[in-house]
Amino acid sequence: MKFVDEYENAELARKLALRITNHSSRRIRLMEFCGGHTHAILRYGIRQLVPETVEMISGPGCPVCVTATADLDKAIAMAQLPNVIITTFGDMMRVPSSYSSLQLAKAEGADIRIVYSTIDAIEIARTNPERSVIFIGIGFETTAPTIAASLLKAEQEKITNFYILSLNKITPPVMKALLDLGEVKIDGIVCPGHVSVIIGSRPYEFIPENYGIACVISGFEPLDILLCIDKLVEQIENGQPKVEIAYNRGVRPEGNKKALQLMYEVFEIDEANWRGIGNLPGSGLKIRERYERFDADKVFPVSLTPPKEPAGCRCGDVVRGATTPPECKLFKTVCTPENPVGPCMVSNEGACAAYYQYFGLESL
Amino acid sequence: MCLAVPVKVVSIDGDAAETEIGGVRRWVSIVLTPEVEVGNYVLLHTGYAIGVLDEAEAEETLKLFEEILDLSEIR
Repeated sequence: MKFVDEYENAELARKLALRITNHSSRRIRLMEFCGGHTHAILRYGIRQLVPETVEMISGPGCPVCVTATADLDKAIAMAQLPNVIITTFGDMMRVPSSYSSLQLAKAEGADIRIVYSTIDAIEIARTNPERSVIFIGIGFETTAPTIAASLLKAEQEKITNFYILSLNKITPPVMKALLDLGEVKIDGIVCPGHVSVIIGSRPYEFIPENYGIACVISGFEPLDILLCIDKLVEQIENGQPKVEIAYNRGVRPEGNKKALQLMYEVFEIDEANWRGIGNLPGSGLKIRERYERFDADKVFPVSLTPPKEPAGCRCGDVVRGATTPPECKLFKTVCTPENPVGPCMVSNEGACAAYYQYFGLESL
Repeated sequence: MCLAVPVKVVSIDGDAAETEIGGVRRWVSIVLTPEVEVGNYVLLHTGYAIGVLDEAEAEETLKLFEEILDLSEIR
């Protein structure tokens, strides 16, 4: 595949890793924000390739994993309402909520459908005009514009039975929150590639400026990630942290202006509730008042009991990078992909699922 | 969630484009990338093209890799 295969060259990867080894003189810790990067790093054995001086830890960049239990409880409560169809990305189905999961609720009779795209959710609304179709809007800036586009399409096509439960979140504020927390010391951030396709490189500039931490935006192929690590090591060694793009084929400094315009046409910045982090001002996207007839929160108020977290689950610590999956007592014992206790084991992008799949291969 | 794959645009009809990857064709929305042209590669995410890939930049990165390889050999 063009734009993929050429970034998977093993010989070049080894050369790049050698270059990183030659340049790396002191121990550093890098956080990959994005769950897609966590999976790629483990899958391609990048931790084995880079020198021992470079430690990689996973961050909060898995939208399913950072969805608060209370918000999932809300989605499941909406699924119990009469005449409602819930549409969701598949990743959400098996995440345990306080007392159930979307999958369990579906087995018990709720009409919950997995969609690949919001376009499919709109189609379900169109073909079921007598039902209320709620889409569970999760995701970061990569996904939020597509959800905004679906709302505008529903408005344009006068589809009046389509609603969005916006649990969308934005990334720079949570990076700031983690840095302010100071729980995990990091020297550099592998910034998310596809979030940055939308937001560009400028929203990260406060990180080197205010925290002295290196930032490089990375693609998802092995050579992309190694190039990113190479640039991070160089910045840190030179003591000159800044924001760089190592994914130039996809990311421009200004981002995708059209996508941002549509996103902010529909959404405004609001507080969001993050698993393991709590309520963070300015880190979420809520539907603007002029589109409130599409806002599931406004149209379908549900009463909820306080959320209950799964006993012993350390997903909250994992998303902050404070704990690695193998440090959780439930990992691979009670909690497995077949029987996940927390969201980090469910999602394709969850750190626990990635470690489960690939950890141990590293020592071969 | 933030997975996106590069697909080639083979035709455009309004705010939709027919894309191709590995012989598989699929119509996707281009409301987020109205500047796209037939022959471009776009990043496809949940049914939407979220960005147009820059071929010249891709070439530059590949050249950079080659340079790095050469330098490492000189070491």
